[in-house]
Amino acid sequence: MSELTLKTIAQLREGFRAGEFTAQEIAGAFNEAVAAGRALNAYTVETPADALACAVAADEARGSVELGALAGIPLGIKDLFATKGVDSTSGSRILKDFKPPYESTVTAKLRAAGAGMLGKLNMDEFAMGSSNETSAYGPVISPWKRNDGSNAAITPGGSSGGSAAAVAAGLAPGVTGTDTGGSIRQPAAFTGITGIKPTYGRCSRWGIVAFASSLDQAGPMARDVRDCAILLEAMAGFDPKDSTSLDLPVPQWEAGLSSDLKGKRVGIPKEYRIDTVPDDINVLWDKGIEWLRDAGAEPIEISLPHTQYALPTYYIIAPAEASSNLARYDGVRYGLRVEGVKTLDDMYAATRAAGFGAEVKRRIMIGTYVLSAGFYDAYFNKAQRVRTLIKQDFRKAFEQCDLILTPTAPSAAFGIGETTDPLAMYLNDVFAVPASLAGLPAMSVPGGLDKQGLPLGLHIIGNELDEQGVLNAGLAIEERAGFTARPEKWW
Amino acid sequence: MSVDTKTVRHIAKLARLQMTDAEVEALVPELNNILGWIEQLGEVNTDGVEPLTAVIDQKLRLRDDVVNDGDVRDAVLANAPGAEHGFFAVPKVIE
Amino acid sequence: MSTYSIKGATGDWEVVVGLEVHAQVVSKAKLFSGAATEFGAEPNTQVSLVDAAMPGMLPVLNRECIRQAVRTGMAIDAKINKWSRFDRKNYFYADLPQGYQISQLYHPLVGEGEITVLLDEKDEDSVKTIGIERIHVEQDAGKLMHDQHPTMSYVDLNRSGVALMEIVSRPDMRSPAEAGAYLRKLRAILRYVGSCDGNMEEGSMRADVNVSVRKPGDELGTRTETKNVNSVRFVMAVIEHEARRQVDVLEDGGTIVQETRLYDPDKNVTRTLRSKEDAHDYRYFPDPDLLPLELEDAFLEACRESLPELPDAKRKRYERHGITPYHASVLTAEVEAARWFDTLLESGTEPKAAANWVSSELFGALNRLGKSIEESPVSPTQAAELLKLVADGTISGSLAKQVFEIMLESGQDAGRIVEERGLKQTSDTGAIDSEIDKILAANADKVEQYKAGKVALFGFFVGQTMKAMQGKANPQVVNERLRAKLD
Ligand SMILES: [Mg+2]
Ligand SMILES: [Zn+2]
Repeated sequence: MSELTLKTIAQLREGFRAGEFTAQEIAGAFNEAVAAGRALNAYTVETPADALACAVAADEARGSVELGALAGIPLGIKDLFATKGVDSTSGSRILKDFKPPYESTVTAKLRAAGAGMLGKLNMDEFAMGSSNETSAYGPVISPWKRNDGSNAAITPGGSSGGSAAAVAAGLAPGVTGTDTGGSIRQPAAFTGITGIKPTYGRCSRWGIVAFASSLDQAGPMARDVRDCAILLEAMAGFDPKDSTSLDLPVPQWEAGLSSDLKGKRVGIPKEYRIDTVPDDINVLWDKGIEWLRDAGAEPIEISLPHTQYALPTYYIIAPAEASSNLARYDGVRYGLRVEGVKTLDDMYAATRAAGFGAEVKRRIMIGTYVLSAGFYDAYFNKAQRVRTLIKQDFRKAFEQCDLILTPTAPSAAFGIGETTDPLAMYLNDVFAVPASLAGLPAMSVPGGLDKQGLPLGLHIIGNELDEQGVLNAGLAIEERAGFTARPEKWW
Repeated sequence: MSVDTKTVRHIAKLARLQMTDAEVEALVPELNNILGWIEQLGEVNTDGVEPLTAVIDQKLRLRDDVVNDGDVRDAVLANAPGAEHGFFAVPKVIE
Repeated sequence: MSTYSIKGATGDWEVVVGLEVHAQVVSKAKLFSGAATEFGAEPNTQVSLVDAAMPGMLPVLNRECIRQAVRTGMAIDAKINKWSRFDRKNYFYADLPQGYQISQLYHPLVGEGEITVLLDEKDEDSVKTIGIERIHVEQDAGKLMHDQHPTMSYVDLNRSGVALMEIVSRPDMRSPAEAGAYLRKLRAILRYVGSCDGNMEEGSMRADVNVSVRKPGDELGTRTETKNVNSVRFVMAVIEHEARRQVDVLEDGGTIVQETRLYDPDKNVTRTLRSKEDAHDYRYFPDPDLLPLELEDAFLEACRESLPELPDAKRKRYERHGITPYHASVLTAEVEAARWFDTLLESGTEPKAAANWVSSELFGALNRLGKSIEESPVSPTQAAELLKLVADGTISGSLAKQVFEIMLESGQDAGRIVEERGLKQTSDTGAIDSEIDKILAANADKVEQYKAGKVALFGFFVGQTMKAMQGKANPQVVNERLRAKLD
């Protein structure tokens, strides 16, 4: 592994600009790492030529014209993003060979900033999963191993599992992820990296395959807080093509980074204190509280009374929206079509049966059921009412505090195939989902390793539009946690 | 509320998901397990609480009435499993 | 007027009709995309990636479509909802790329309103008010072609995403005639407002016809809905046949099943499309890609100010000018004719005479020539001149007819025609007297008979005199002079 692949985006940026190494050297190093890392199954498509071409352009531009913020930086792109002319299949059989004639707004912005693309990253099918095991391309294998000498394959989490594994293993300096109910934060925690989901509406959803429209948000995953700030600045921004996009200027988050939290009050929600989670997690949480106090913040206990109802609320709203969003996969305009059936309805049913995996079908079934005649009020409307209460919980909490600190996930990464019960799998997002329902910015930063030697993450939730506060608290933790552990290369 | 095989078949039909009897049988307990868990929302008092309409409070923007898109037939048909003479082609529909 | 009823073996049955009219909104671009809406383009050339429901595509609402629907609502005195929102209506069909139609179920843009129709144009008292339940805005679907290929249907998405107003009436109509009058009036209003071109041939207006029957005074019967009927005549036929069919079923001891039916204009019958059993379960829910639509007062004010004079107001104005109710409703039925007539009035022409002439002479001629009012060879200004020549006695009514014919062929102005062809009417008593004297001398016998009491001969003398004057003599003067000489 070339030492270039160990550097952060900030370091690569400075080195490239200072002429210590060329963009082509950077792209070359990562292209090699990607090719050498296939055992992780992190990429579904590799695009070394793209990464190299952008590097050539960056090298030519260097010194002459004004460089884009990400000139010379190659990135991995989650397969949920439509990338023009490059297979964009959302980890699903039903989008087999789909080459969009368009580029998502977020990836277009990254390209405009000079970034190249290393390839498309593996993910749970249509972002439905917390372990990457629902991907039509097979699970992503985490670069991490337990310290018990066993060689068990560990999940990188999901749905942005390929994204997380790629950063953790040095197959990309930074990547895009998407987060509907924790899909950036949980995998970041499982792989010892940093990831942020911004306020709903900060990043355009145009060109990102929809899972649950009222929850989906794109965000960056990278090695540290600064890199997340750099990437988020390039990804965010108003887009008239997305009716839910926020018409606000993009703050200079990187320039605004400061780990001095004097005067900040950090809320510690008592409802997140669950005895059934491993001690390591609550112990790390307590450390996190001390680190923030050390950074000048004042921890206070707060209450988010409807926390326990967030997950069931999510599992009504997200499947309901998904059942409708996924109706367009019908074998008519793109993707898979099962031939040799007589009627149109048979073609639909056969195509969708062959094209969707078990978890996607399960969620389409739940979503269809909760919206079906007679159940709309009992399920969907009830859930949207509870969602209002959950949002009110946060609104009240932010009258007392500036930030909220919790664990990112109720456990460390588990072994592939170890969690078979869907409900048990859903519980992975118990700490991540409330912020998603409320559309709030939230990030996971690595805090340490558990007894098994697997990474654990700390979770910072901010008020609407306060990505800066979230990033700064993340930076304060990062400086104090001193998390330097890296997976030993076995692939 | 709990589902039986008949309901699961009906929902699968609504969702246009072809299913074997075995798949249906397997889904019944899974869905009931999930639905049972979801129904704890019944405990929450939501009297006088409005359903959430916008995640982040903002007004709907309207576009101007200008033709600035379309006329991209090749792009529209490029990925179609069945396209003939500028149309999408599907198994014959009998009305 | 007599009430319509179906004569059955068990007595008379009352027909109850409600209409859901889908009217295509006049706009350049589609409801949620920037693709064009023109009719008759090459297949799939007016389709954006949004209309084709490509993965990750998102809707953005077209202001003009909302403005048009609001203006339409105002034109029928409906409640405009300042807060409305869009819902997804979920179902699978080859003409519906998204797998759902973006529509408005729970919070429509326009609430309750009403339309008054005149069931008999000659009878002022035949007015009937038909309630409007709501107008909501929604996407049109694509088009399927079944006859191009033996085993395949072809899909054209040009219409997919075009804005529609669904105008839902109350079940207030009681006969095919009332439904016909309602549709014609609704079409007129839409065309006055300019929110829909009302072109039923091109499918700009289609009606779902809800029909049920009952014994007078009974509860509402079970209704059937016949979808997408695309002409006033067909709608009336559907009601007639469907009502008859339902009465026959009921009188044979059967029951009416709530179902969706299709009309076959060739066979002139309706047949079952979908019964309630396999009816759709649309799973409506608010579209999470869109936010609630909130309208500002300024926007609503601008909509109101942009409304033109509407048919009823125009009719009343014409009647105030002494125009007969019949002519008034004939002249206001079509917006173009009404505009043509208004221009004629602006030239100062006397309204009654103008109304008579337009509804008999002009409409008659256009009918004969198979031309629409916009294609009229004679302009309102030219007509004004012609009518002025009649009014000031320059030409007689009969001469006016000749002049008008020449105008229709040549496009020339009336004055020029009268000049060049010397058609001016004369009141020169000298000339008239000398002709009369000649005629009386030449017909001494008839003069005798007249004086003996055969007064009917007066007409003969008038005719002879006019003939001798080549029709150019002023009839009044001829009468006066004859009386002077004979009586
Ligand atoms: Mg209808
Ligand atoms: Zn409709």
